[in-house]
Amino acid sequence: MTALRSKASFCAGFVVGTFTLYVVLRQVYFEKTLSPQKPGSFDPLHGHQPPEEEENTWKKERSALFNLKHPHHIGEDSGMADELFKKVRILCWVMTGPKNLETKARHVKSTWSRHCNVIVFMSSVEDPDFPTVGLGTKEGRDQLYWKTIRAFHYAYEHHSNDADWFLKADDDTYVIVDNLRWVLSNHTPDEPIYFGRRFKPYTKQGYMSGGAGYVLSREAVRRFVEGFKSKVCTHTTSVEDLAMGQCMEKVGVLAGDTRDTLHRETFHPFIPEQHLTAKFPKSFWYWSYCYYPISEGSNCCSDVSVSFHYVDALNMYLMEYYTYHLRAFGYRYRYQPPAPKGYNVAQSSSWHAMEEKEVQTSQGKAQEGGGKVH
Amino acid sequence: MLSEGGYFMKGMAMGGIFCLLLSLLGTFRPGVESGTESQHHHHHVQALGKDALKHLTDVQMQKLRNQVQVSCIIMVQPKILVYWATALDTWSKHCDKAVFYSSESTKALEAVDLNEKDDWARLRKALKHAYENAGELRWFFVAQPTTFAIIENLKYLVLAKDPNEPFYLGNAMKSGELEFVSYDSGIVLSYEALKRLVHVFQDEDKCPERGRALWKLSEDKQLATCLKYTGVFAENGEDSHGKGLFNSKSVDSLIADSMKTNPNDVVAGCCSDVAVTFSGMTPNQMQVMMFGVYRLRPYGHDFHDLLVFNPPEGSEND
Repeated sequence: MTALRSKASFCAGFVVGTFTLYVVLRQVYFEKTLSPQKPGSFDPLHGHQPPEEEENTWKKERSALFNLKHPHHIGEDSGMADELFKKVRILCWVMTGPKNLETKARHVKSTWSRHCNVIVFMSSVEDPDFPTVGLGTKEGRDQLYWKTIRAFHYAYEHHSNDADWFLKADDDTYVIVDNLRWVLSNHTPDEPIYFGRRFKPYTKQGYMSGGAGYVLSREAVRRFVEGFKSKVCTHTTSVEDLAMGQCMEKVGVLAGDTRDTLHRETFHPFIPEQHLTAKFPKSFWYWSYCYYPISEGSNCCSDVSVSFHYVDALNMYLMEYYTYHLRAFGYRYRYQPPAPKGYNVAQSSSWHAMEEKEVQTSQGKAQEGGGKVH
Repeated sequence: MLSEGGYFMKGMAMGGIFCLLLSLLGTFRPGVESGTESQHHHHHVQALGKDALKHLTDVQMQKLRNQVQVSCIIMVQPKILVYWATALDTWSKHCDKAVFYSSESTKALEAVDLNEKDDWARLRKALKHAYENAGELRWFFVAQPTTFAIIENLKYLVLAKDPNEPFYLGNAMKSGELEFVSYDSGIVLSYEALKRLVHVFQDEDKCPERGRALWKLSEDKQLATCLKYTGVFAENGEDSHGKGLFNSKSVDSLIADSMKTNPNDVVAGCCSDVAVTFSGMTPNQMQVMMFGVYRLRPYGHDFHDLLVFNPPEGSEND
């Protein structure tokens, strides 16, 4: 009898033990398995994700990459952008080095450089696969102007027929090339002019920040090359942007104004977060360097901003997402940048032939036209 | 008697070990599969594809515009003042109506003081208040201060949906048998859903004000439970490609994840072009998102959306 009761107790204990632990484990397991849908994995029910962008075709030739087709989204009207792509041809050259190819230059290649007409990566050493041009210099901050001199010479010798404008950028500069075309659209490549974020010290007409990127007209590049041939320009200092500015001044190339019609800057020497939110102390060099008055807060930066600097890999993709992908459906932007002269907006696409249905909300009045300060 | 107790305890111990062993071996799982595998059990609510809007008339378009107005319910506390101030200065300006509900009053910022420390009770009061003061508004969006929402994209998601039908949308997650919308990535309720919810609040058995469970359920799960009793179920908000629109992470975090999982197509593998919410962003990151969404764009690329939303009055950062 006692043995049976012992067995019965044991079995009862066993069942209770199993059940108790089951309940405990179930609760613990629930709290752990609460995870939202993994980013990057798509619901198999809905099938394969169709590509957001059309395939863009590149051609690798002579250590440069040629964009044969301007990338854009399916479903958007990029008529104006396409027209500017054809008429305002930009060669982008990116200052990089062997150690930075995988950590920095690669992300430039995956993001903004796809919007240039031609992209050339300038390094001290040639790399036929990336591809990069070998400038034959050493690496280091003191080599920056040497690399710049040789890079522009290279671009002029090999690509002067492939582009109208020649942009220099660092491998941590993010450039919105479509907006650069807007800035340049009212100028011609025969003008001796160059554009960027204008700084004022050490020069009469100012010079352009190296990190924020600067762009020379074909004529400006020609004069740069001529300047070195005639020894009017030499390697004055390794401070690349200042040296460039000094040479430009000597050969009669004008320092342009890249602010939009509301006087907001388009080229930026820092990341968006800093321009939008940071309160730079008055002792900071930035205050005394900027040629034009500085605006803090949201007026720091134009809607059609062209460049930002100190952009790391993560921020390259974030900028790409913000610029070319994420948007507010149906939102009518406050600032409507005026169309470049000589470009007919109406005939650039068939979308405008469609009747545009427009209805007002109770939320705010419609803002008209460009150039109006609200 | 003692010996029986001893056998019982031994039995219990053996039973516990037995259960553990089985679950470790994987032949029997005490829980359920994670949300991603049982996605097919979720209800999906997708935003319209590009072509759907072309078939609506002018009258229908106007009706949609009125129907799609959003009332924002933002739950704040004085201890997170900087997030409160940021929500006020950024995304909430795009709500047709934005009301901040606080646990206690503070002189710094204006809010409806619910004078309630309990999170669930506070949420109930806020929802009830929003319902009673709905006016003409038919869509309700509940957010926390660490949420950033793009209201225009929320409107796009609910554009062709009737608010007199019960909708309870967001980032739908599963906890056992319960499907609920995650709080931090925002909760969308149609008028009908909110109406039923406020009604069931009166039922202390189905929807108690102070939770009676041994371990307290989070507010989002309590909400889902109450709604379930009224026949309203959580649905996942997605774009026309099936990508989730409500994100429980920050955009930086999602890009970082995508860099690891989709290194060759980081941006496409990350987030929807018409995402509605992100969560866990710092106030500075929210200012950057305001700029990125409402201002920065590439010149010459236009979307001729058939519905136009104007910028809010008296604002500068959008």
